[in-house]
Amino acid sequence: MSSTTHSAEHHDDHGPAKGIKRWLFTTNHKDIGTLYLIFSLTMFFIGGSMALVIRSELMMPGLQFVHPEFFNQMTTMHALIMVFGAVMPAFVGLANWMIPMMIGGPDMALPRMNNWSFWILPIAFGILLSTLFMNGGAPAGGWTMYPPLVLQTGNAFPFLVFSVHLMGISSIMGAINIIVTIMNMRAPGMSLLKMPMFVWTWLITAYLLIAVMPVLAGAVTMLLTDQFFGTSFFLAAGGGDPVMFQHIFWFFGHPEVYIMILPAFGVVSEIIPTFARKPLFGHDSMVYAASSIAFLSFIVWAHHMFTVGMPLTGQLFFMFSTMLIAVPTGVKVFNWMATMWKGSMSFETPMLFSLAFLFLFTIGGFSGLMLAIAPADVQYHDTYFVVAHFHYVLVPGSVFGIMAAAYYWLPKWTGVMYDEKLGKIHFWASAIFVNLTFFPMHFLGLAGMPRRIPDYSTQFADFNMMASIGAIGFGLSQLLFVYIIIKAARGNGVKATAEVWDNPRGLEWTVPSPAPYHTFENPPTIKE
Amino acid sequence: MEKKNPDVEIGTATFTRRLLLLAVAMFGFGYLLVPLYSVFCELTGFGGKPNETAATVVENIDENRLVKVEFVTTVNEYAPWEFSAAVADMEVHPGKLYKATFRARNLSHETKVAQAVPSIVPVQAAKYFRKTECFCFTQQAFSPDEARDLEVQFIVDSNLPSYVDTVTLSYTFFDTARLAQNN
Amino acid sequence: MLKSNRDPGYRFLYPKQYRQGELPMIRKLCLITLGLLGTSVAHADWALNMTKGVTELSAETYDLHMLIFYVCCAIAVVVFGIMIFSLVQHRKSKGAVAATFSHNTTAEVIWTAIPVVILILMAVPSAETMVRLEDSRDPDLTVVITGYQWKWHYAYQGKDVEFYSTLARESNDARGKDSGIDVFSVDNYLLDVDRPLVVPRGAKVRLLITSNDVVHAWWVPKLAIKKDAVPGYLNEAWFRAEESGVYRGQCAELCGKDHGYMPIVVKVVEPEEFLAFVASEHDEKARVASAN
Ligand SMILES: [Cu+2]
Repeated sequence: MSSTTHSAEHHDDHGPAKGIKRWLFTTNHKDIGTLYLIFSLTMFFIGGSMALVIRSELMMPGLQFVHPEFFNQMTTMHALIMVFGAVMPAFVGLANWMIPMMIGGPDMALPRMNNWSFWILPIAFGILLSTLFMNGGAPAGGWTMYPPLVLQTGNAFPFLVFSVHLMGISSIMGAINIIVTIMNMRAPGMSLLKMPMFVWTWLITAYLLIAVMPVLAGAVTMLLTDQFFGTSFFLAAGGGDPVMFQHIFWFFGHPEVYIMILPAFGVVSEIIPTFARKPLFGHDSMVYAASSIAFLSFIVWAHHMFTVGMPLTGQLFFMFSTMLIAVPTGVKVFNWMATMWKGSMSFETPMLFSLAFLFLFTIGGFSGLMLAIAPADVQYHDTYFVVAHFHYVLVPGSVFGIMAAAYYWLPKWTGVMYDEKLGKIHFWASAIFVNLTFFPMHFLGLAGMPRRIPDYSTQFADFNMMASIGAIGFGLSQLLFVYIIIKAARGNGVKATAEVWDNPRGLEWTVPSPAPYHTFENPPTIKE
Repeated sequence: MEKKNPDVEIGTATFTRRLLLLAVAMFGFGYLLVPLYSVFCELTGFGGKPNETAATVVENIDENRLVKVEFVTTVNEYAPWEFSAAVADMEVHPGKLYKATFRARNLSHETKVAQAVPSIVPVQAAKYFRKTECFCFTQQAFSPDEARDLEVQFIVDSNLPSYVDTVTLSYTFFDTARLAQNN
Repeated sequence: MLKSNRDPGYRFLYPKQYRQGELPMIRKLCLITLGLLGTSVAHADWALNMTKGVTELSAETYDLHMLIFYVCCAIAVVVFGIMIFSLVQHRKSKGAVAATFSHNTTAEVIWTAIPVVILILMAVPSAETMVRLEDSRDPDLTVVITGYQWKWHYAYQGKDVEFYSTLARESNDARGKDSGIDVFSVDNYLLDVDRPLVVPRGAKVRLLITSNDVVHAWWVPKLAIKKDAVPGYLNEAWFRAEESGVYRGQCAELCGKDHGYMPIVVKVVEPEEFLAFVASEHDEKARVASAN
């Protein structure tokens, strides 16, 4: 980024180092934020290419391109890379860049740890990706890693476990850093309830991360010792229970879902008020809603397992608790709706992505509510209906949230406005193709197509064709996104003002654009 | 930093240490879920696991009630055993001690060690199905081509919910070679 | 015909030739659109919606699904309606001036309370169905189903009938990457087996499901049964098919390489026919035994 020129204003001695060393040893939150975001974008494309392998194979019935073994490797790797490599690091990158600026702090609280937590990630994913070239191929048992199937993984197995460990360590360190930053680096007068929503949702997310990433690490460690060191946590023959893995996994897995969506809630809660030119409706109830979602996420895990064979009381409990999540989620959606109500809206790219988020995430919420109904879930479970559901919350949900954030803060990062016209084209292409990809999947699932199959009966041909065309279109549209970012990063565009948008709220808009290498070395005064 | 936020109560180093500790504790909690899960299963019958060690029970026979107990046998991963129940099912009075016999034969020409894993449906019945003696409590070694009878002594608790009229007991034979190899 | 049969990518341009009894793509798209507008499309002869199935409980499941679907539609109409109205009316380009309110306790209480009520109303029928799903007492027939990588094994309790059920020959020949066989020419491609599970119509069939190796799931949509097959564990499910016919399903839990190639076919026949089936199985067994 071109922040060197501005840092000269007050701190010529504190400017970034030159060349590769700057990035390898940097402890600057903005540099690390940039690294996270670039890493995430790279992973988004790697994971996306795998999605395109999947969709190309599924375009028509019959096998055309890959063998079933490789297909399973693709579905497994696609999920692991998108979840741990693309979505989560993107939000950590946004947190790094924005949280110190939003709370008026000079940097993250633990800058050195910040550097480590980033650089662990490329190592983790290097290991994970290297399994593609190993004997037996990459992991193919699904990202959920259910035993006993996952124990049939070839040489890749210990590397899978080790890379999950590294990802966990990275996100735990990142989460600790974010919490300590939020709690200890706030400018005087920035009380907790005055914090912007993005900071709030990240605070909750970070606690979720610390609570559940170690549990996942524990679960995969048990898999590892079951495989190599003679334990039998999940081996029935030794008194273990394969279903217990599913319980432990989803004890992690369900909060994980909110780890991937809560920061997007935060982003949207920043953007909608700016472009509606109206304060966020119900700030405090938003905080309570996010907290209740986080709490509820710990007691709903077994709704991923309604077909596993549970006593009736268990099913009832998990059905009711899951349905309850709709209440705080509804509060959030209604609050955004009320924020827009009687506003004075304009529709720049960040707003467009936020609005698409609002509509499409809500659709994902509806299918989520349907999935909560245990008897109906018997028919939905492990079908394309589920695939449609979680892609609706993850792609036009989390990913659109990330893209909205990127457009919203890009002028602050680069000092120039991104190309608004191209941004809008990118938005419309993404929005149309995302629906073309994932909406037909609802029908496929209801019609009886299981997920994770490389080939299917001919009756499913049409909708699969649509989904594949959509996926290819969506993938190509993202090249435009990269072009827009590169163009802005090169300083190619209209110079941005400090405020960038029309009277936005938040401390990040009080510093010049691009943000100097060091900001708020003297804490700002917070107005009442 | 000249001005400090007055809200800051815990120093950065202490706070970081506490959060790290929390992370480590949660890793431990992951492992704690294992015994918690067993307790949970025992309490609710979740998973359909009957007791895995001998239960001591007093007979308290309910002559007016008959419950059908069915037996299902499975051999896992094509392990070389023939394994079946002597009778497909039996009618039992709750609270009375019964004995059921299973027949197993090692089809290979080597010594093989089996572990039988029990499971019960309906899962609600699991905690009322008490075994006082069972071949599944320990591993069973079979010399080459050996055939032998295996016994289980059980009692169906008279507190078995009245809506349960059939209890199905399943045993799956696992070859322990894989486990032993690792040990 | 410009395109050969082997090019299914263009099939929807030539609907009549290819698929009797199915609707052309364009009409499907129109119907989907209509369906989204609230028209019932459940009667269409191609699958867009969940099946009603052939058991009382599958119909109940379908009703629950439609109920929650319509509830979601109703909420969507209200919420999206308000948002769209707002997007149209409250835009800067139309000269809208932003209000400044940021709280309204009454509204917040209402939109917390209403969903709670809706959820409770939804939960009641769901719980009722669930109770009935669990009631597998007094079966007329019990079948032990064991999942294998990658086939199913069926054993009829007390009937001395058991067999494996694997992917049908025609599908298996066509499924390879370079099979040279047009999968559209295969009847019930990937949904056919060599030996279906035969059960009598009207009988309460109890299924005991377990696995030989990894976790599988036995799923037949028309029977509204999906149950995991877990090694070492027994699971229970039941159905009573009201109509005879052939009902197809698939393994629904990733179980390795050929997860997509272990279909399930249940043939529901008249009770007499079922007795004949059992008898022929016994004859066959005796024949094989005497031949050895
Ligand atoms: Cu399977």
